[in-house]
Amino acid sequence: MPVLLLPLVSFVLLGIFGRRYLSAAAGSIATLAMLLATGLAIYCAYSYFDGGKTAGIYNAVIAFRYEWLPFSEGVSIQMGAIIDPIAAMMIVVVCFISLMVHILSLGYMKVEGRLHAYYAFLSLFTFSMLGLVLSTNIFQLYIFWELVGVSSYLLIGFYFDKPAAVAASKKAFIVTRFADLGFLIGILLLAFYTETLDIPTLIERLGNANTAWSMAMAGAGFMGISALSWALLLLFAGGAGKSAIFPLHIWLPDAMEGPTPVSALIHAATMVVAGVYMVARFYPVFSMDAMVMDIIAFIGAASALIAAVIACTQTDIKRVLAYSTMSQIGYMMFALAMNGSNVEPGLGFTAGMFHLFTHAFFKSLLFLGAGAIIHLVHSNELQAMGGLRKRMPLTHAAFFIACLAIAGIPPLAGFFSKEEILTAAFNANRLVYAVGLLVSALTAFYMFRLYFSIFWAKEPALHEGHQEAGLLMKLPMVLLSIGAVIAGWAPFARFVTADGRPLQTHIDLLLAVPPVTLAVLGIGLAAMLYKKQNEWPARLSAAMGSLYTAAYKKFYIDEIYLFVTKKILFNAIGRPAAWIDRHVVDAAMNGLAHTTSAIAVRIRALQSGKIQNYTLYFFGGVAILTVLLLFVWK
Amino acid sequence: MTASQLVFYCLATLLLVGAVLAVTSRKIFRSAIWLLFSLLCIAGLYFWMELPFIAAVQIIVYVGGIVVLIIFSIFLTQQSGADMLLPVRSRQLFSLLAVITGFAFCASLLYRTEWLPAGNSALNTDVSVIGEQMLSTTHYGYVLPFEAVSMLLLAAMVGCIVIAMKTKPVKENSAST
Amino acid sequence: MIPLSHILVLSAALFFIGMYGLFTRRNMITMLMAVELILNSVNINFVAFNKYLYPDKLDGIFFTLFVITIAAAEAAVAIAIIINLYRSHHSIDAEDAGEMKF
Repeated sequence: MPVLLLPLVSFVLLGIFGRRYLSAAAGSIATLAMLLATGLAIYCAYSYFDGGKTAGIYNAVIAFRYEWLPFSEGVSIQMGAIIDPIAAMMIVVVCFISLMVHILSLGYMKVEGRLHAYYAFLSLFTFSMLGLVLSTNIFQLYIFWELVGVSSYLLIGFYFDKPAAVAASKKAFIVTRFADLGFLIGILLLAFYTETLDIPTLIERLGNANTAWSMAMAGAGFMGISALSWALLLLFAGGAGKSAIFPLHIWLPDAMEGPTPVSALIHAATMVVAGVYMVARFYPVFSMDAMVMDIIAFIGAASALIAAVIACTQTDIKRVLAYSTMSQIGYMMFALAMNGSNVEPGLGFTAGMFHLFTHAFFKSLLFLGAGAIIHLVHSNELQAMGGLRKRMPLTHAAFFIACLAIAGIPPLAGFFSKEEILTAAFNANRLVYAVGLLVSALTAFYMFRLYFSIFWAKEPALHEGHQEAGLLMKLPMVLLSIGAVIAGWAPFARFVTADGRPLQTHIDLLLAVPPVTLAVLGIGLAAMLYKKQNEWPARLSAAMGSLYTAAYKKFYIDEIYLFVTKKILFNAIGRPAAWIDRHVVDAAMNGLAHTTSAIAVRIRALQSGKIQNYTLYFFGGVAILTVLLLFVWK
Repeated sequence: MTASQLVFYCLATLLLVGAVLAVTSRKIFRSAIWLLFSLLCIAGLYFWMELPFIAAVQIIVYVGGIVVLIIFSIFLTQQSGADMLLPVRSRQLFSLLAVITGFAFCASLLYRTEWLPAGNSALNTDVSVIGEQMLSTTHYGYVLPFEAVSMLLLAAMVGCIVIAMKTKPVKENSAST
Repeated sequence: MIPLSHILVLSAALFFIGMYGLFTRRNMITMLMAVELILNSVNINFVAFNKYLYPDKLDGIFFTLFVITIAAAEAAVAIAIIINLYRSHHSIDAEDAGEMKF
């Protein structure tokens, strides 16, 4: 419980008092709070996993529950905290990465203004993320979902004097809000059919195909698709918006306008996995509907592939990392959906969550390293970088480890999680497996393209006086690199599985070979093209011609969205609606007001100030009343 | 028709004619004079009702006091010569209507009521009797209203003087002379 | 003897004539005159009732006396007010003192 409250307290403190009193100490306070929270989270997870087994199953433990808004008998919004395997894992991840980001920000953001606001927003974000992870009630989840959106809006738009940042934060918020509309409708559908908003009860009612509720929900249909499928699809749509899955991914690259530590926290490790977490949380219900699982699988795989292709062409370091995040999230999504196989059931779920865990480490490490590089070079473009391995040795080492991890080279973390995902995919759906293989090859290729371009390609340009990052920035990188190395060895499957029972996993050597080979091939190709500066890349991209341009322009998805909204929505719906509002609704209101004032002008003449008139009115009234009372109304 | 009745009807006619002219005359001075005649007719009525004291008081106070006061105020506000403005036609009409309705109502009420005259004991209206009763504290005395009215008269007097007084101009200290 | 109702009708007619004058006259002094007419009609009523219905008592006479007195006081005050108003508005037209207008 205090895990949740500490970041909230920090946010409130900094938000209210930060400007005047605490701006100097803002960072330290926030970091201290975060440190305590992380300690508590680790302790909580440890005690849960250590002692919580009953009958061999990790049961969900409800830490507390408080009734907030009762609607009807079963449906009420409650605030609560629930600890089960994925929640315990997530709070550790969130708190740890947030702590790393806080420490880095102490060093990175030293020269910025409005620091108290920055730390306040960071604390708010951590609080909302923790609340989301720990919620017992689907509406509480939605509330914290929106809170996460708000804090990410605040953080992306932190440099609010840059119009690009403002536009990016608006875009992020609007796209995720639009997805949340679907999410809300899904929630309402679920609440309507199961008459409850409480997550454990909901899972219990819908997780079994034989309960009355799930049969009612599967039976009721709309346009040929059952209500259950609609609800799950809509939930997934909401999650897809938040997790930047194709086609709602457009906000993620633009969100790189925010400060780099923010990108590390939000867009690498925590917020973007909110969608994945949501699917995992409702996993027993999702697994009831095979069609929805297939859709999730294909969209996840497609998202991974598209992102990987685009990442191969981008020249902004943070954009490459953003697309890489999108690709890895696609991995996690389709991993979750790969659970329906008969061979090694339950592997996909565990693999997806495991990949989430390891990805948090190496992606945030990549972002922090990018932050250090940008801090040194003062530019995001690849052209400005080159040969930096001599200038920043520690960053070089950390970045190298992270790239190896993400490419899936043993014995680093990414290897284990990717293997499990691909094994599950192999068992469940060969097509998705093929796509996954291709994507892992591409991942290796573009990550090492990035690595070689930054650290090897050309001779270092002369940068006067720029030091490599200070200790505060190096410490998180070191910690995260250790994490990236050892996290793969954690016996994850013992703890986090779909139904709480520990799962035995092993590395299938036969299946492990192809991805690693492809990864090594990708690395070699990248080395060939980018280690020394040459014109091979330019010739290749010219040879691929329009495909290259399309990929470079992000497949024109942004343009399509703009076209739809501007030409179609604005003209066909927006303008007429505005016209009606101005000329019909407003005219009616104004007409009413005008009539009233016209009548009032007439009536005002009665108040002439002439006493004789008043006397006349009075007496006339008395006379009329007398006549009426005596002669008409007997 | 006895002489008494004839006198009454003459007085009544004169009274009503005078009153109507008083309220409809267009010159203000003439209106005041018609009022004077009406009040005199009312005094005549009191005389006819064998109440000489009241009649005397009426002439002294009303005719000799109030009408003179009104004429003075007419002179003071320099309105004596010109024609007065007529009120708006609609107002005349509505007033007439209201007044006639009211009068019809009252008259019908009056005619419906049975006025039972009392016994034949005569009315003793000597001034001395009036005076004694007014100042006695027993036997239906009116000394309390008497005192109250004297208070009222005092207040009225003071009030009139204060209201009608010209406000003195403020002395200027800065002007050097 | 004249029946009581005749006298009462006479006084009622006087009352309503006075009321008409009160409604229609624009001059404040003429309004005052109409008010005096009304008061006098009331006096006639009192005296008539006293004479016809209660001849052994004098209450009606006393009321009449007091009404005359008070009417005199009231007329004096009214004239004072009219003079005061004339000083500020330079007119005794009732419609010119319309500050209570909307």
